[in-house]
This record gives sequence, structure tokens and C-alpha cells, in this order.
Amino acid sequence: MARAAVSGRLGARLRWQAATLVERREETASAQTLVFDVPGWAGHLAGQHVDVRLTAEDGYSTQRSYSLASAQDADRLELTVQRVPDGEVSPYLIEGLAVGDRIEIRGPVGGWFVWRPEQREPVLLVAGGSGLVPLMAMIRAREAEGSRAPFRLLYSLREPADRLYAPDLERGSAGLDVTYVYTRSAPQGATRPPGRLAPADLVQWGWPPDFEPTVYVCGPTGFVEAAAVQLVAQGHDPGRIRTERFGPSGG
Amino acid sequence: MDAIVPADPYADSYLDGNALAGPLSELFAVDVTAAVSRCAHCGSTGPVALLRVYPRGPGLTARCPDCSGVVLRLVRGPDTAWLDMRGAVRLAVPLAD
Repeated sequence: MARAAVSGRLGARLRWQAATLVERREETASAQTLVFDVPGWAGHLAGQHVDVRLTAEDGYSTQRSYSLASAQDADRLELTVQRVPDGEVSPYLIEGLAVGDRIEIRGPVGGWFVWRPEQREPVLLVAGGSGLVPLMAMIRAREAEGSRAPFRLLYSLREPADRLYAPDLERGSAGLDVTYVYTRSAPQGATRPPGRLAPADLVQWGWPPDFEPTVYVCGPTGFVEAAAVQLVAQGHDPGRIRTERFGPSGG
Repeated sequence: MDAIVPADPYADSYLDGNALAGPLSELFAVDVTAAVSRCAHCGSTGPVALLRVYPRGPGLTARCPDCSGVVLRLVRGPDTAWLDMRGAVRLAVPLAD
């Protein structure tokens, strides 16, 4: 599997760039997708993230890391922001930032938790809550590139109202299987009773280890750890399991 | 700041090495998170992306997922970055081309 460093970066130190908000879309009651225009954006791989820096008039500055939600698309990029109660940055991005406003962005960064279009092996995506964001970028990149790599998504979430990218996932894509794992309440007609992601879910809806899938797991720390331990116990090669966790500092 | 105080102060208090990608991009011309580091404390190896990163102190502290030893510490001041790597015996950096 390709483990190469991100190309096009050698010798060029990353700089902060201005990003202008051009559109916002409501995903759920507490999450929005923000579309930014970044002139001269160098492009990115699915799974990479950017650092966002906000600077107040008095010079106070703070930054957060956000996964890119979109496949590569000229000068545009999309971030999906989940509102963190009492957070410092996410409430501002969701409520304080107006179309036409500018923030600073640095990236793309990260070369390990990425999917590249030249990968042909089966892929299992395991998402916990808003951990879906970088995995959705992989699904979108697969579609944009016309990749035939078989993808399966296991999406763990509390209840139907929390679903991110519902229209996109409902529309689907040939070769992409989507399974929802509801932990608190499932929609009417669901055959699986609500409950945390269990080993049986990974067996039933994932890939057998001998298919040698690459597995990407993203979510809260506890979710990622539990899923990764289960996958290894089921015989998946730890070297094929890529994890990304986000914690309370995401605010 | 965030007001989330878990019952166990250490539960969910760390990120992973992917979070180092941005801060280290200020210092390195390659993506260091894909590099494989060897822990100076226990000798285990693994991608920098799998280190446990504690963002609460001054700067970032990255610990070995196996033995919890400090592998790397990064503090960013207004015009200087301090990088302490005494916990890493080496980095194996994948290079394209």
C-alpha cells in the first residue's frame, strides 16, 4: 500500500492562507458544512485535515484542526463543524461567521490517515458520530475518481436525527455498502436493535480479514480503541488499520 | 475554553499523532505523522500518527501507546518552536520519488 509522503510539499513550508466562507449547509441541528474559497489551494487527499486559526481584534488567537469533508475540487474546500457545547471555536464558526467573512487555514496536513485513488483493495470505513467526516471525503474521492474499489461504511450514531450527509448516503454509489449502527434509537423498521457497535456488527457488515481490506476508523477515542481492538481480535492485520480519534479539545 | 471535565480526568483526554501533522508541518518539509518512530523507553515501533497526544499542557506531549513514555514534545512560542525528541530513538520517514 502506498505509504509515500504527501507529494508537492518538499521544500515548501506550509503557510497560513486566507479562506473566504462562500456557503453554509445545515447537516443536522448541531452540525454544519462550511464551504470555503481558498485561492491557489494546493489540493488534498481524502482523510487529510486543515488547521483553522481565528484571531480576535485584541490579537488573541486560537486554532483547531478540522477534517476536510470534500473531495479535491479546485479552490473550494468543505469542513463539517459539529457544535461543541461551551466550545470556543465551533460556536463561532457556526453562528458568528457570515458568508464573505475570512478565516485563516493551514494545510492540507496528515499523510497517514488518507485514502489514495490508486488503492484497489477493499476498504472498510468505521465511523463514530462526526468521525464520519474524513471517511465521507474518502467516499466522495472514490466517486470523483471513478474508483471501483469496494467500500463498506459502518456508521455508528445515536439516532436518525444525527445523520450527517444523509442525502448523499441515501443516493449511494455502486460498490458502496452503507450500514447504520444506531446506539440509542433506531428508525422504525430497523432490524438491528439499538446498541453500541459490537464485534458481530464488524463481522456481519465488514470484510473478512482474508480479503485484506484497509480499515479506517474515526470517532471519539473510546470508540476508536474499542473498534480497533475488535478488528485485531478478528484477525485483521494491525498494519492495515488506520485510526484517527478526536477528543474534547475539538471545541 | 471547553468545559468538558470527564469523571476520569485521563479518559478521552488525548488525541492521536494525526494531530501533530499541522504543528510539525511548520518545522518539517515532509509529513512526519506517516513516519515510523522507535520509542526510546520500550523500543516499540509504530507510525507517529498512533502516538497519544496530550494537548492540555504548554504545547503538545506525545506518548508511546505501548509504555506511555514521552516520545516527543513540542512547544510553540510566538517566534520559536521547541521540539524535544529525546524519547524517539529514530524516525523512519517514507519519501516519495
